[in-house]
Amino acid sequence: MNTKPDGQSGDILLEMRDIVIDGFSDEKWNPIIKGVDLTLRRGEVLGLIGESGAGKSTLGLAGMGFVRPGCRITGGSIMFDGIDLRTLSEREKHGLWGSRIAYVAQSAAAAFNPAHRLIDQTVEATVTHGLQNDSAAKSDAVKLFEALQLPDPENIGNRYPHQVSGGQLQRVMTAMAMSPRPDLIIFDEPTTALDVTTQVEVLLSMRKIVEEFNTAAIYITHDLAVVAQMADVIKVLRYGEEVEEADTRKMLSAPEQEYTKSLWSVRLLEKKQSPSDDIVLSIDGVDAAYGKSVRVLHDVNIKVPRGRTVAIVGESGSGKSTTARVITGLLPPSAGQVIFNGESLPPQLKDRSKEQLQKIQMIYQMADTAMNPRQTVAEIIGRPLEFYHGLRGRDRQKRTLELLELIELDESFYDRLPSELSGGQKQRVCIARALAAEPDIIICDEVTSALDQIVQEGILKLLLRLQEEHGITYLFITHDIATVEAISDEIVVMYMGEVVEQGPKQEVLNPPYPDYTKLLLSSVPEMDPDWLTNLLDAR
Amino acid sequence: MSVSNKGYSAADEVGRVFTRRTRMQRIWIDLKKAPPTAIFGMLVIFTYLFVAVFAPLIAPYGEAEIFPQPYAPWGGEHLLGTDQIGRDVLSRLIYGARNTIGIALATTFLSFLIGGGLGLIAAINRSWLDQLLSRAVDVLMAIPSLIFALMLLSVFGSSIGSLILIIAVLDSTRVFRLTRSVAVSVVVMDFVEAARLRGEGLGWIMRREILPNIMPPLVAEFGLRFSFVFLIIASLSFLGVGIQPPTADWGSMVRESASLIQFAQYDLKAGLTPLLPAGAIALITVAVNYVVDWFLHKTSGLKDEH
Repeated sequence: MNTKPDGQSGDILLEMRDIVIDGFSDEKWNPIIKGVDLTLRRGEVLGLIGESGAGKSTLGLAGMGFVRPGCRITGGSIMFDGIDLRTLSEREKHGLWGSRIAYVAQSAAAAFNPAHRLIDQTVEATVTHGLQNDSAAKSDAVKLFEALQLPDPENIGNRYPHQVSGGQLQRVMTAMAMSPRPDLIIFDEPTTALDVTTQVEVLLSMRKIVEEFNTAAIYITHDLAVVAQMADVIKVLRYGEEVEEADTRKMLSAPEQEYTKSLWSVRLLEKKQSPSDDIVLSIDGVDAAYGKSVRVLHDVNIKVPRGRTVAIVGESGSGKSTTARVITGLLPPSAGQVIFNGESLPPQLKDRSKEQLQKIQMIYQMADTAMNPRQTVAEIIGRPLEFYHGLRGRDRQKRTLELLELIELDESFYDRLPSELSGGQKQRVCIARALAAEPDIIICDEVTSALDQIVQEGILKLLLRLQEEHGITYLFITHDIATVEAISDEIVVMYMGEVVEQGPKQEVLNPPYPDYTKLLLSSVPEMDPDWLTNLLDAR
Repeated sequence: MSVSNKGYSAADEVGRVFTRRTRMQRIWIDLKKAPPTAIFGMLVIFTYLFVAVFAPLIAPYGEAEIFPQPYAPWGGEHLLGTDQIGRDVLSRLIYGARNTIGIALATTFLSFLIGGGLGLIAAINRSWLDQLLSRAVDVLMAIPSLIFALMLLSVFGSSIGSLILIIAVLDSTRVFRLTRSVAVSVVVMDFVEAARLRGEGLGWIMRREILPNIMPPLVAEFGLRFSFVFLIIASLSFLGVGIQPPTADWGSMVRESASLIQFAQYDLKAGLTPLLPAGAIALITVAVNYVVDWFLHKTSGLKDEH
């Protein structure tokens, strides 16, 4: 089956020396990677981690001799199994890609052609490179599907991409990468877009298959807990330079650099829990549906105490965000009501008074799309000041600068555009916009899930501080249990549009659990290289 | 930037901060990199605009001043000769720039006001109003616009006012479609929802939230629509229902001197006379297209391969 020479495990497969990569922006070439070395042995999994913009994807892709448009490799050497990738022509590189080097992208949904059956796409590279004929490759693909624990491996390949779930699609993509039995696979954030419960299954099957075929892999991610499960060696990047590289166990137990330590300490945020009986917002028996038939919420009851944080957790499709839409009035409920400060809120947005709108503010998951790209920070924060409080001119400018200070940004950000901010800074500006209205309650819809961990911690700290100083109530929607542990007072667990469990944090996070809560909690990766193995044994 | 190991601070995060440049500096950088076709196009447009604005100063004679000799040959007192009733062709060409460009510009502005405004409302509203407007536009677009315009002009009479209004309404259908389709993808963005939750009115959402984000395709479309409007007006004038004499206009000039082309075998210059206004029409259409092409390439995010 395997036609290539079987390399000895432990031989050096990929060696990159002193790599320098430039990217073109603002009319000039700027270095993205500044002289990084990388060595990968056969059968070894290397985890590349770092914040966004650290250059981890750029470096990972350079490992297959590829650079994105607008980038160029200006220095260093890339030796793949004795072949110098930098001197190869495009044509020769195409011969390697898809046969000896494979790539698994972040979004499987975008990487598959919706018009072709999965099995045809899985074996395409293997067949066009002439490694196997069509029928042999297909029967091999079925074995891969089986190894990846896909349901009904015989027939799942006959489906189209939209007929399988996101987690299954990501596994089919792994099978596609595995089909030509490559020497090297590059995983580029393959589980970032998945729910925790799905992520576990995908991680398990990926690790299994990489071990089984002794394939070398580069695993790019910003999630430390995930990389701890997958990688033998971890390399930390920052600003295009290597911070530290070590064996996974050593890296987790005894990181050397300050920066690495700060990455590791993120999850140590803790909040004192204090009960409160003053209910600011309560949702009473709400049913909601999209259109006439698609019922999304069923008899949802949630109480939010003033000055506290209530977290709503659940996987995608559980109705978390729909609950937020009902509260804000974007989706009028078909039954039940929302009571805010003792009075029932009109179900429709247009029937609500300016004051009611002002008191409920929202922060979105994607700060990128939540800010108008053509407005400066001053306009974004200043508009609610003008709209709700009638501040103009100098008063407005003064208050805007105060708010900027509150979110730990200085005056230099005043006239920047959103595109000139980092992810964390964008989210901070969104927080300032919500604060500008002086609300009673802020709904945070997955506000940290698009951010790097160290940035997440900064945002969460800010939110906690603002709550202490200004007594703001948060309704925190998330699928990330670690975040919930860090900041919430009460937790609501939702599943399939219903509330499974609701109560103080300590109660919900400790046994006894309802079945779904147990599954959800056990699926959250921990910073322990044995976690996945133990979980497998336990289930 | 040096690698700092001092832990985390929000202001230290790496954003893509661009060098602060004034608008003039940015325009200058863009102009320096413009391809020759775009520079040619801009030169032509500026020349036309200059001629249109300063027509009375440049033209040797009045717009409808009649001289004793009709069909005077080129040269002498009348550089490009005179027409069938003895008006100076050069002067009429110069005044024609003013009239034709002015009317085409006014028409295009009006059609953007109608089509753009309704398109934005339809995109934000997305209910029965959107359906009503979109289907009405479909019906209007199903009728060939030149023939429809001919018919309407013969019903309402061809004054400059009705000419502008009729062509603007017919042309606004295309602007409506474009505006609606680009605005729909902006309307679903979170920042528009945020503005709604804030309680902003329709006017604010249209002008401040959506319009700035769909400007590039609209500006490009403005150039293209201007070219088409220009051609339609010229065609209508050529057919005799557009701009009426004594107002100088290129379309009607072509019609009035069209028969001269048969005399090219006896006097080449006489044969060229009807081609002058026709060439003027062609030149500005091509020039506008060059500039629009360049603008679209610049704003569509298609970066040159480095």
